[in-house]
Amino acid sequence: MGQALHPVRATLTDGWALRAAVLVTVALGLVLPIAAGFWQTARAAAGVMPAIGFDALSLDPLRALVTAPGFGTALRLTVVTGLGATLLSVAVAVGACAVLHNRMGARAGGRLLTPFLAAPHAAMAIGLAFLLAPSGWIARALAPLVGFDRPPLWITVNDPFGLALIAGLMVKEIPFLLLVILSALSQLPVRQHLAAGRSLGYGRGIVWIKIILPQVWPLIRLPVMVVLAFSLSVVDMALILGPSNPPTLSVLLLRLFTAPDIGQMLPASAGALLQAVLVGLSFLLLLGGERLCRRIGRWWVRRGGRGHSAEPGLWALTVLAALLFGLGALAMLSLVVWSFAWRWTWPDLLPGSWSLRAWMSPGNGWAKALWNTVLLAAATTALSLALAIAWLEGEDRARRGRAGWAEALIYLPLLVPQIGFLFGLNVLFLTIGLTGGTLAVIWAQALFVFPYVMIALSDPWRALDPRLSRAAASLGAGPWRRLVAVKLPALLTPILTAAAIGVAVSVAQYLPTLFMGAGRVATLTTEAVTLSSSSDRRVTGVYATLQAALPFAAYALALLVPAVLHRNRRALLAGDPS
Amino acid sequence: MSLDLSTLSVAPKAGEPLFPPLTLSVAPGQVATVMGPSGIGKSTLLDAIGGHLAHGFACTGSVQLNGRDLGPLPAEARRVGLLFQDALLFPHLSVGDNLAFGLSRRVRGRAARRAAVETALDRAGLSGLHDRDPATLSGGQRARAALMRTLLAEPQALLLDEPFSKLDVALRADIRAFTLDHIQSRAIPALMVTHDAEDARAMQGPVIDLTALSPR
Repeated sequence: MGQALHPVRATLTDGWALRAAVLVTVALGLVLPIAAGFWQTARAAAGVMPAIGFDALSLDPLRALVTAPGFGTALRLTVVTGLGATLLSVAVAVGACAVLHNRMGARAGGRLLTPFLAAPHAAMAIGLAFLLAPSGWIARALAPLVGFDRPPLWITVNDPFGLALIAGLMVKEIPFLLLVILSALSQLPVRQHLAAGRSLGYGRGIVWIKIILPQVWPLIRLPVMVVLAFSLSVVDMALILGPSNPPTLSVLLLRLFTAPDIGQMLPASAGALLQAVLVGLSFLLLLGGERLCRRIGRWWVRRGGRGHSAEPGLWALTVLAALLFGLGALAMLSLVVWSFAWRWTWPDLLPGSWSLRAWMSPGNGWAKALWNTVLLAAATTALSLALAIAWLEGEDRARRGRAGWAEALIYLPLLVPQIGFLFGLNVLFLTIGLTGGTLAVIWAQALFVFPYVMIALSDPWRALDPRLSRAAASLGAGPWRRLVAVKLPALLTPILTAAAIGVAVSVAQYLPTLFMGAGRVATLTTEAVTLSSSSDRRVTGVYATLQAALPFAAYALALLVPAVLHRNRRALLAGDPS
Repeated sequence: MSLDLSTLSVAPKAGEPLFPPLTLSVAPGQVATVMGPSGIGKSTLLDAIGGHLAHGFACTGSVQLNGRDLGPLPAEARRVGLLFQDALLFPHLSVGDNLAFGLSRRVRGRAARRAAVETALDRAGLSGLHDRDPATLSGGQRARAALMRTLLAEPQALLLDEPFSKLDVALRADIRAFTLDHIQSRAIPALMVTHDAEDARAMQGPVIDLTALSPR
């Protein structure tokens, strides 16, 4: 017998230190703070907050919350807008995919979606508010047709039913869902299944619903849950577009947290917990709905209906998607137009005179906010990218895939409502003497930037031909040289795309910046949200335009840099590094 | 100077070995061929020798190269070159830089290293292609560039994973002869896996059929 080789020992030690470092960073930087934040919130919800003189367990905070004026309406509004926006977004995204898929190339689709993905929620909401308001473009365009001689008395923004909020959420979430559906489709033999189904006499759209969607769903379930959690707990969009009195639950809680009477923090904490429970219940509802749909779907498939009558419905959803995209594009445009507008009389479609005045005083605030925003975006993106690369490289060195719990860990910050733990964390930071500052904000934003960067980078990283790395090893290159000289350059395009996504997520963060910065770190987003309730649309337009411009610039760089660096590298420009 | 496998076998964790224990000695300048249908673990055998085994596989037996036990060494320290059916030139580097990546660190100085790369390009009939994008090369040019990149690293043994299967018939004989030529002139042992009997014959070395070793 020959002597035994030691590959087992070798794989255990390969990258051991790297993986341990990543694990410790994630545990201490991500899991522990979320758990600690929730613990703190739960204690406050149960009446224990020694810092302000409450130290007895009681149900008073809950009672105060439930009896707070407008609580019932706020709860109802949250459920209606959150569930409504999610269900409608999923339906529209699926319908549009059924009709448009294979009629539009994946790359063209991606390029169309990018601007909508890049636009921060707050900027989009402000643009929509400009557009939908009685003095906005829609009413102005209708004026000569309908005969308005003054702005109509519509309540199209902050309407008591939350319709504007639902529309705003849909404009942002449909592109996101389309993106995840498209990426799921690229992993399935869609063309063959469509051909097989249609040769059996099924209409093109119905094959999609009966055959393709059931295969796509498991791949998009987590992103749909992210959309659901987000829609139920969104703050910035709800402040700008949502009903104001009473508002949605998350806005009501923000008001309680920032009320002059610090005793209100206890019912606010109870509300934050309730928000988390609400999200948990809605997840259960989603999973229950999935089971039900599976049953109904089976019965429906067995009936064998060829479904030609369903096509018009799918087209209607597609038209709705196109309308929402048009609305989003006009909203972005109206931000820019307002920031340069001077005199703009009703019902003219364009300003009568233009002015740079709103842009001319950077010293009054926007220069400082821009600088803060750029700084935070650069720091959080660099941090998240470094951690994501370390994580993925650690998996490579251990030569194993990702465990289910690790995948869940990445999604964790996106699935729990921000307000549930951010507030508790803020209190914790204050009690241990870490006052709100730039570092705390960087870390809090990175909590939400890291998951998106990680999700964006994982698939392309794994798609890189592992034999490239083996070829380098057989030429004598050690693990670090393989990483720096082969993998990172070959993955430049996806790395820069992930960075652009990171910048977009960082720029869009409202609640983490507000809470962890203790109101002292002013970014374009916090300023834009504050200004959105003011009357000067020109200044608001400047902030919102800048806020949207930063992610656009990041995406543009992510396209341009590889195009220039790899102008002579066909295999990399084709977007297929193998 | 030889590559010696002794009762080498690879098994997935808690599974049956992929193939019966393999004992084989490959002399310098000789190309041994391992044959067998796809799925029997030919590529995994090469992974075990080159140090690229995926997690969850364990191998028993031993691999010695010129008397060195390769078992405890990581892939980059084994000095075992690897050629695939795709040339796998690094897509972000020019043809010349791909060769320079492989070129041994012992060649020092910018001018000397550039000269060594140019010489290798000449020898492979790739003169003047130093700055070309590897994606623009023909299949045959890519195969020759990949062989040159591997040889510049001064390997003490060569592993060939169906290296000719993607080339069209006209090129195959040409590249086979080119590869064999270099292996013989360097006097290093080489191990090839293939399911093409023609490739095996052309390499003029011993042929081992993995299915015929012994019953599992």
